Amino acid sequence: MHFDPFIIPFNIGLYFILIYVVGRSIIWFRNLSRPDKLRLQRGFFGMAFGQSLKEIFLESLIHRKILKTNLRLGYMHMSLAFGWFLLILFGTIEADIFGSHHLNPPHMAIFFRFFNPDHGKTAFENGYAFLMDLVLAFILSGLILAIIKRFSSKSVGMKKTTRLKHLDKIALASLWLIFPSRLLAESLTSGAYGTGSFLTGTLGAWFNSFLPAKQAAYPFWWLYSLSLGTFFVLLPLTRYMHIPTELFLIFMRNSGIRTGDKAGTYSEVEVHSCSSCGICIDACQMSFSAGINNIQSAYLLKAIRKDEDTSGIVFNCLMCGRCDVKCPVGIELTSIRMIQRRAAGAGNGIHNIWHGYLRTNPVPVTAKQPASKPSYDFLPARKPEKADILYFAGCMTHLTPSIKNSMVKILDASGMKWSFMDEDGGVCCGRPLMLAGNDREARELINFNSRLIWKSGAHTLVTSCPICYKVFRESYYLDVEVLHHTQFIKQLIEDETVKMNYLNKRVTYHSPCELGRNSGVYDEPKEVLRHVADLEKTGYDDGNSLCCGGSLANLRLQSPDKHKIASFAAAALSAPAPDYIATACPLCKKTISAETKIRVADIAEIVAESIVKPVANGMKKQRIPNPIETSKV
Amino acid sequence: MTGNVIVIGGGTAGVEAAGQLARSGIGVTVIEKESTIGGHVRNWHHLFPDRRSSSEVIDYLRKQLKHDNITLVTGELISGFDKKGGSFRLKSSSGKEFHGDAVLIASGFDLFRSERKEEYGYGIYDNVITSADLESMFRDKSILLRNGREPEKIGFVHCVGSRDEKSGNLYCSKLCCITAVKQAIGLKELIPGSKVFCFYMDMRMGGALYEEMYREAQEKYGISFIRGKVSEVSENIEGKLVTKVEDTLAGRPLRIEMDLLVLMAGMEMSKDGEAIDISGKLNRGVNRFFAPADYHFGSNISNIKGVFYAGACTAPMNITETISHARGAVSDVLNYLTNKH
Repeated sequence: MHFDPFIIPFNIGLYFILIYVVGRSIIWFRNLSRPDKLRLQRGFFGMAFGQSLKEIFLESLIHRKILKTNLRLGYMHMSLAFGWFLLILFGTIEADIFGSHHLNPPHMAIFFRFFNPDHGKTAFENGYAFLMDLVLAFILSGLILAIIKRFSSKSVGMKKTTRLKHLDKIALASLWLIFPSRLLAESLTSGAYGTGSFLTGTLGAWFNSFLPAKQAAYPFWWLYSLSLGTFFVLLPLTRYMHIPTELFLIFMRNSGIRTGDKAGTYSEVEVHSCSSCGICIDACQMSFSAGINNIQSAYLLKAIRKDEDTSGIVFNCLMCGRCDVKCPVGIELTSIRMIQRRAAGAGNGIHNIWHGYLRTNPVPVTAKQPASKPSYDFLPARKPEKADILYFAGCMTHLTPSIKNSMVKILDASGMKWSFMDEDGGVCCGRPLMLAGNDREARELINFNSRLIWKSGAHTLVTSCPICYKVFRESYYLDVEVLHHTQFIKQLIEDETVKMNYLNKRVTYHSPCELGRNSGVYDEPKEVLRHVADLEKTGYDDGNSLCCGGSLANLRLQSPDKHKIASFAAAALSAPAPDYIATACPLCKKTISAETKIRVADIAEIVAESIVKPVANGMKKQRIPNPIETSKV
Repeated sequence: MTGNVIVIGGGTAGVEAAGQLARSGIGVTVIEKESTIGGHVRNWHHLFPDRRSSSEVIDYLRKQLKHDNITLVTGELISGFDKKGGSFRLKSSSGKEFHGDAVLIASGFDLFRSERKEEYGYGIYDNVITSADLESMFRDKSILLRNGREPEKIGFVHCVGSRDEKSGNLYCSKLCCITAVKQAIGLKELIPGSKVFCFYMDMRMGGALYEEMYREAQEKYGISFIRGKVSEVSENIEGKLVTKVEDTLAGRPLRIEMDLLVLMAGMEMSKDGEAIDISGKLNRGVNRFFAPADYHFGSNISNIKGVFYAGACTAPMNITETISHARGAVSDVLNYLTNKH
């Protein structure tokens, strides 16, 4: 009879967590939208399943992305996850081969040594015991790193590590106890029976030399079982819920499900898939430039898990997307923050512990009704002007007239039939309101602008501001091609519509967050720059580019802290001592130029400077609404 | 009493303090970065509130400087100092060294670079100028647009780089309101037919005779004061400056075409002043100016014993206040030297 009372805590914990995860996944599945359910079903019988298994192996067990970012941190995660997986796998095989029965209950594998203390006498058994010891040693080496990290994050190459709450601490303590108690229990048992390999055998023999090893082992088997049981029971309340949840996340993502702009099962799964590894904290400029260390995505997700009021965290973010790019789990952090902003950061707060287990309700969207109907009477009456190309400068470009003037020059030089949509002022694109979580108000502006665009009959909308670009592309229902001016200029170069001189200047390029990370436009701006100048690398290129600090998305950051972020970015861009710092966003231009002596110019300005036959001075004044139409449109 | 004091900066504060110290028997070295003394006052045509010519202030400062105890060093920029025992060693950018028993910093201020408010178009549109540019036009006694014509509609934009979170300057520069009133009157006298507008957030007329001058500007000169911050400026086809502003008293947005726009540039911590304290030993306020040890009782005293402040290196100040502040510094320096010996 393979039973001993000490296995009870382990079994309670194990069956509890298994039932819990099954129950929870049923609730999650039921809460999915119909299209997402179909995606999931299709994914289950398609390629997604295989891809998911591969990704689960690479990311959940090996932690490849963390290894790439930070070797020591990756090793820590890998040794605990992959090591534990191997221990269970080999343990089950061991129990199956060497145990008295086949197909044993799980505790037989976990507590194999207790029930089969004689095991390990033959050479083959000994070899297997060696393998088991090796895996245990692998896990313990990771555990040592984890303990060091908790007390000194720098030693594993992390500037900051996440702060813990009480339950997290209990769960962490039980997790830390699991493997040392297994080591001691196995060693003592092995010592008493003269079995075990290089780790448990050696340690056990040494214990046996001065201890009644057989008696001493028993409490450690209890401790081992208790710590496993406690860990499993607390799992749903702590960040360790990411262990089962991440598997769902990977499968859902591979099936084509995305966060979208409403809270739902996928965002819920994402929130629970965060292991609080802290990589987002190190990536965050608010942390490394301004020393603000309590608003990062790991903390936001933790607060959402605890159903706390996140209003203090959720609006204090540049929405630059640096953490999105770096997150090893691939959680869409910016989208989750946007969802939370729409709900104004409201949380219900967990009042009792049971709520924590039962919580599956997505955050309700509580958009406020606008106080009054907006009026745009103050705008000058505008005749809808028919044109092929519509240029929308946007509020920020009107505040940087040199960009606006350069675009007028470029558009004139293109010879295309174009019209200036907001020449005498216009209505905001709506994105700043959206970033503040006021989608309904933004919709009013979107409708107003959409009408103007439809009436113009244009097939292309060119904008100078990446903030406008993103919202025109994603939140307007338009059948026009939306281009950022860098993309438009790129087309002009390709079509040889406008000829440009090589300027013989060295430039660095600041990729604006809204254009680069948040809209995926990295290459066109750089290609335009390479066409007219000599582009230097800064070490903060593409996905790793910095935020200028002027982001409209942060509604909480104080100006001295903005100043710190901006001066760090300006210093990085100035480091190669370029002639110009080029950017593609009027807001970035304004923010960076306040922090450096080097001239900061929009790509449009640099291009306007390089145009071969500059438009004659008088041309601008004679500009008629309909310039000569060319065949090339 | 004996001792040698190094005064950094030959503007109003530095020269006034140097004169007073010299007459108390102290040896003074005045180090000025330009080739001549006077600082910002040299660029000004006339001063508020009595509309006195600024050359009178320069003449006064020259007289202050005429003393055997004073050595004037020009064309030297201080870049760093250190203190050993009770004496200071200052390094200049050309490699010279200066030694003294005490240091009086009178490095003054920089005018806000108006290019930074690109929405107002300084450096982009021909007829957007700063208050400093206008003073030099006053000296030439001719106010002309870039095309040689006389302006008919002139606007003053208050608070350019002051009370402006976007520029990172939350403080009020204190002198620009009254300077705008003074300059508006000056313009009306030179071009009586012109229309002059001032776009302000608040009129801060907190000095002797300021309010009277403000009233005179409205009643006698017919200058229009519109409460609202200019949001942006663009140039139309005729080269007029289309100024967008909200009249917050009437509660409506305005678009006014101007011929000439004058930006009332605020005051900022001087970059050369920052270079004096290259190692960052001196305390600075949130406004980035040098922070005195105590804003009530020690506004001339720094956090380093033997280093003192005079004038606008601690906060925006007008000439009257600068002279008083410099005299206060002299008394603190003398106390320090007395107790030291």
